[in-house]
Amino acid sequence: MEYVLRFLIGGVVVSIFAVIGDVIRPRTFSGIFGAAPTIALATLAIAFFKDPVSKIATEGRSMLAGAAALLAYSLVARYLLLKRSWSSLPAAILCYLAWFAVAFGLWFLLLR
Amino acid sequence: MAIQLKLSAVRQTQWYEYLVRFVFGGLLTAATGLITHRYGPVIGGLFLAFPSIFPASVTLVQTHQKKQEQKQGKTEQDSQEKGEQAAGHTAEGAALGSFGLFAFALVIWRLSPNLPPWLVLVLAQLLWLSGAVLAWWIRQKVA
Repeated sequence: MEYVLRFLIGGVVVSIFAVIGDVIRPRTFSGIFGAAPTIALATLAIAFFKDPVSKIATEGRSMLAGAAALLAYSLVARYLLLKRSWSSLPAAILCYLAWFAVAFGLWFLLLR
Repeated sequence: MAIQLKLSAVRQTQWYEYLVRFVFGGLLTAATGLITHRYGPVIGGLFLAFPSIFPASVTLVQTHQKKQEQKQGKTEQDSQEKGEQAAGHTAEGAALGSFGLFAFALVIWRLSPNLPPWLVLVLAQLLWLSGAVLAWWIRQKVA
């Protein structure tokens, strides 16, 4: 049941920020909503009710590394789209490699 | 460059495109919960900043921009190029938004032990938006 709730809340939060990003111009400004803390908001809203604050604080600390990974993801995507003329879907999928590399690289170096 | 609302963009998006983003976002959120449950908060916290909106949104941006260009009589190649540029600018925006995400995470890490949950989330969200907009503004000034 908890995971159904996570799915529903996550879906709604992602959809709201996605629509906000759709209607705003210029594209560079609307793009900031592509880095909105959607999963974090949905997850933490539930976590605050059921988890100890120490666990939530730990997730926040790890999220710093995740944010660095998202920065890397976005920069690689920008390069592939603007400089190499890749199509968006293959670029967005390939860039997940950058996210995992940076996120788990930082985890290995700083958070283990 | 002035920030504008283009509400007609809502009509451009098909119902199934909204559904894809809803399902994708929901699945990622549920998966993050599973990862945290299985591997703990240190690993699970990484996924709080997993790219959930960007892949579907950037694909839509490219597709819609390309259709718009074609309606205006542009060639297939020109339309494709404009679509890729629009997607690239969206990616640049996401990179700038990541700076706001740092601020969000910092608030969660440092303030969640000391403040009520609702206040932590409100502050974190405000700092995300402020940080992202500031990064965008600075980029406009130096570009």
